[in-house]
Order: sequence, then structure tokens, then C-alpha cells
Amino acid sequence: MGEMTGIATLHLALRALQRNRVRAMLTAIGVIVGVGSVIAMLGIAAGSQQRVADELEKLGTNNVSVRAGSATRSGVRAWAGTATRLMVADAEAIRELPGVVAVAPYVRRPLQVRYRGTNWATEVAGVTPAYLPIKLWELEQGEFFTDWHVERAAHVCVLGYTVAFELFGLKNPVGDVILVKQIACRVLGVLSKKGTSSSGSDQDDIVLMPITTMQRKIIGKTYIQRILVQTPDQDTALRVQQAVRLLMRQRHRLQPNQDDDFRVGSSADLAQASQESARVFTWLLGSIASVSLVVGGIGIMNIMLVSVTERTREIGIRRALGARRKDILAQFLVEALVLSGTGGLLGVFLGIAAALAIGRLSELPVSIVPWSVGLAFMFSGLVGVIFGLYPAQKAASLRPVDALRYE
Amino acid sequence: MSTPIILMQQVHKRYSIGGIEVHALRGVDLSIQRGEFVAIMGPSGSGKSTLMNVIGCLDPPDTGIYHLNDADVTALGGDALARVRNRTVGFVFQSFNLLARTSALENVEMPLIYAGVDKRERRQRATVLLKKFGLADRLYHQPSQLSGGQQQRVAIARALVNSPAILLADEPTGNLDTASGEEVMDILEDLNRHEGATVIVITHEHEVAARAHRVLILRDGMLDG
Repeated sequence: MGEMTGIATLHLALRALQRNRVRAMLTAIGVIVGVGSVIAMLGIAAGSQQRVADELEKLGTNNVSVRAGSATRSGVRAWAGTATRLMVADAEAIRELPGVVAVAPYVRRPLQVRYRGTNWATEVAGVTPAYLPIKLWELEQGEFFTDWHVERAAHVCVLGYTVAFELFGLKNPVGDVILVKQIACRVLGVLSKKGTSSSGSDQDDIVLMPITTMQRKIIGKTYIQRILVQTPDQDTALRVQQAVRLLMRQRHRLQPNQDDDFRVGSSADLAQASQESARVFTWLLGSIASVSLVVGGIGIMNIMLVSVTERTREIGIRRALGARRKDILAQFLVEALVLSGTGGLLGVFLGIAAALAIGRLSELPVSIVPWSVGLAFMFSGLVGVIFGLYPAQKAASLRPVDALRYE
Repeated sequence: MSTPIILMQQVHKRYSIGGIEVHALRGVDLSIQRGEFVAIMGPSGSGKSTLMNVIGCLDPPDTGIYHLNDADVTALGGDALARVRNRTVGFVFQSFNLLARTSALENVEMPLIYAGVDKRERRQRATVLLKKFGLADRLYHQPSQLSGGQQQRVAIARALVNSPAILLADEPTGNLDTASGEEVMDILEDLNRHEGATVIVITHEHEVAARAHRVLILRDGMLDG
């Protein structure tokens, strides 16, 4: 005759759980909820992070912008006009910096535009063809002007959606002519609808024309107001931001004691902040979920401890009939493991279902993170061992005589 | 004549209850031969239960010598004692001590699980014994569905299932009505007479003791035959 086998232990543990079905189920529910909430919450957090990333991508987190004018109001300006010392040549110099994909100089003016009897106050911006892809903007109708138009300062323009609607109604404006400050410009295309900007202004209330036309024919000055710089990614954007600043100071011959006469900014800063807050959000949800998992674990320990007390006599009987300490230990441990294991498995399903349901109800994007499933399941196993070990130890160390005498 | 199956010399056992030291066994000498049917009697507080625990290897003696079935079990550790209980001793308790919500069959199989016997043989040996004690139609009944007499018969089957060297019964009729009690004693007597089982019964009932070949009286922690 040999010793007890592992299968026999498993069998014993399963039978014991079966005898106390309700108690076992209540215990498992603790783990189910714990594991489920870890998976659901991490799923929601991951979804939110993805949403933030998507929104930022729409914003273009890889862009750097240079604006004319000093950011500092204090101090004496070196000479008049420093606030508007941004030139197309600056843009061309920036294009040579490493990490720069494209550069779009930009100058704008609020102006009245007219089409036959109708007029509309809007913003007219002089740009180059590079502007459109940097802004991730597309055309609704017609086409955009080309470098050819820019070289010749051609009298052409592209209308924002709002302007097109205000001047032309439902008519197709492509090919027609509008007046911009007495200059007749042929409409080449209409931009797609971009909606309201984050600062609340209507981004579609705009007319775009070649920067040269704007400078020479409309405002008669050569300075520009803004340079948009495109880089391949967010990290590069942060580096380019620094490089642009140094380059501009150099080009503008600024002394170390002088303030910048331009402003360099990028949405990468904003992106970093948003990503950081999304990360904090993930940790927050993760911690809440972990707490519920620990509570589930304490539930297991609680039930197992009650079970030891309640089953003291059973332990005594088993010991009298030849169970060794380790047989009792193994039985209780396996009971705890089976509870937390099945609880964990059910919790995984519940968590996924809950995450999907929440995603559907709240219209938040939810993505199930595979590692969260693994983590939650492993943690539930660990909870089973840790919180099962103490009661099991307690059960096994009872003296058989005492256990038998227990009423 | 062969060596006695139980041999105790000068066994002492003390324990404390709530800080009060009780000298329960004060030099017990005991010798029981194979195939004997012995009753141990004594007033309550005489140390009967303690003696039963020592004989059954549930509790080792403090001092003295105890040989059981040709092996010195005086100073064995916990696991070794568990093994002796499993292989050598068959317990029958006053309160049956069956596992609740567990079928008669599974109760009887239990010692065999700890002996590492495979499932099919367990089932077969348990079934044979339960049938022998007239419980063929009660195999899957739980203790709560059985009468006291039936429960005690399940307990006897459990005590015998691993073919122990001694059958140790502690007030086996204490919780039974007269008829069931006699039925149980008939079984023990029969096992002793026809199958040569060594039976030790601890009791305070003279009718029960009268069935034994030999009656030992425990008084103040000492035996006189």
C-alpha cells in the first residue's frame, strides 16, 4: 500500500467543495468580481488611452509652430517691428533642420470677401501647398493651388466650407470668381469641413490663397505670421522645437540677454500632458481593481478559516483514520486553489463581458488587454495560495485528539 | 503463545485543561493477546478516554513503553502515528463520527484513500463490507438519512475496511437504543469469534462488558484486572 496520490487529493477537495456548494460559490464570487473588475477597468483605461492617442493624432502632435511676436511683454524692445520679424527665408532655413519633414509659412488677415451682391467678413490666409497635408486637411471640391501658382502670385483661392456656403449657398463655387480686397480671385476648390477648433473658433471660416499673392497683392508686406513645421513623430517634434528656437535666435541675431522675438510651440507638449493623464487614469483604475481583487482574496481566507473551524471535527476524523498533516494541508490548499482558479476563469469571462457592455453603453472605446487577463488570472491563483495557506496550515496543525473532541 | 498484540508498561500521560494539570494515566500495564475480546471499564474521570487515545495512537504516552502489533510505537512522530492509525487501528466511536453530507460508501472508503488504494478497489472493498452488515440498499445514503444503528454499522465497516490489527470501540452503544446496541455488539462478537479480530471495547455498561472475555477496570489512572 502506498501513499495518497495527487488525484485522490484533488478528488477529496472537489468532494468537499461539492458538499458546501453555496459557501464555495459565495467565495468564488469574491474572486470573480475581483478578476472581472481588473480586466474591465484595465480594458476601459486602455480604451481611453487609445481615444486620447487618436484625438491627439487628429490634432497633429508631430507639428511645431513658430509665431511672430515676443512672448514676453516685459522689458524694452530692441527696435520697432521686432514683433513681426518672421520671414519666408526663416521657413526655408527651418526646412534644412534634421527631423523636419515639411514647412508651411502662413500669413493671415481678417478681410471682407465678396461674390456678386453678397459679402462676408472672414480670415484670408496666405499659405503654400505644403499647408494642406500638415494640417491633415482635405478638399471637398476642386483642387488646391500648386507651387506654380505660388511662384506667379496667381489670383486664385480655395474656400473654407463656411465661406463657400455663405457666398455661394448650395452652388458649386469652383471656377467662379470672388473679390478679395478688390482683387478678383478664381476659386480653385473648397476645403472639407473641419469643424470647431479647440479654442471655439470656426476653422472652416477661412479663405486660403498663395502666400505670394497675399504678400504682394493684398497686404503689401513680406513678413509672415506663422511657420508650421511638420516632423515624423512626437519625440522628434520636441527635439525640433528646441532646434528651431536656437536657429531663430541665431538668425534674428538675438543677444543672450534678449528675449525671443518669436514663439515656438508644439502640440507635443499637450500630447505629453494628455498621455500622462491617461497613464494616471490607467493606474487609478488598476489600483481600484486590485483592491477589489485583494478583498476577494480576503473573502477566500475568511471562508477557509470559517471552514477550518466548522470542519474541525471532520479534520479530526480524517486524522484518526490515517490522514497525515500534509494530506490535510494539501486538501485545504487544493480547495482554495480550485475556488480561486475557477473564480479567476469565470472572472475573466465576466470582465470581458462587462468591458464590452460598458463600452457599448458609454460609447467609450474599450480594448481588452491580453496581459491584464494573464495578470488578473495569475493574481487570483496567488490569492488562492496565500489566503488558503494560513487556514490550511491551521487545519493541519490541530492535534487529532483535540480536533476529534471539538463540538 | 505468540507475543501480545498490545503491550504497555508503566504508561503515564498527563495533560492540562485550562492550566490545570491532570495526571490521567499513572503507570498503566496492559497486555492483550491476538484474538482477544477485552472490555475496559471505569467510572467517568478514570482516564478511559485518555487510555483509548493512547491505545489508538491518537496521542503518544509521556513515559512508559507501548508496543502495538510487534512494533514500538512509543516515540513515533505525527506522520508515522497517522500511518499506524491507518493500517493497524480500526476506530468505532460513540458518536459514530461519520462525515456529514457524505455517502456511506465514501465514508467507508476514506481510510483507503489515505492508504493510497486506487478508486476501484476502494469502492469494491467498501461495498463488500457494507453489504455484509446489511446496508446493501444504503450505499449512497448520507448519515442523516440513516438510523443510529445503521450509522454505527457504517462506522464498523469503515473501521474494518483497511484490515486493521485491532478494533478499538469507545462506548460503541452509548448513543444507541437497546436493540441497535445489541445488534452492534453482536457484530463485534461475531467478528471476534468467527474472524479472529482483536476487539477492545471501552464502556461503562455492564451488559456490554459481559460480552468480553476479559474485563479490565481502570481506576485513578491505573488498571486492575
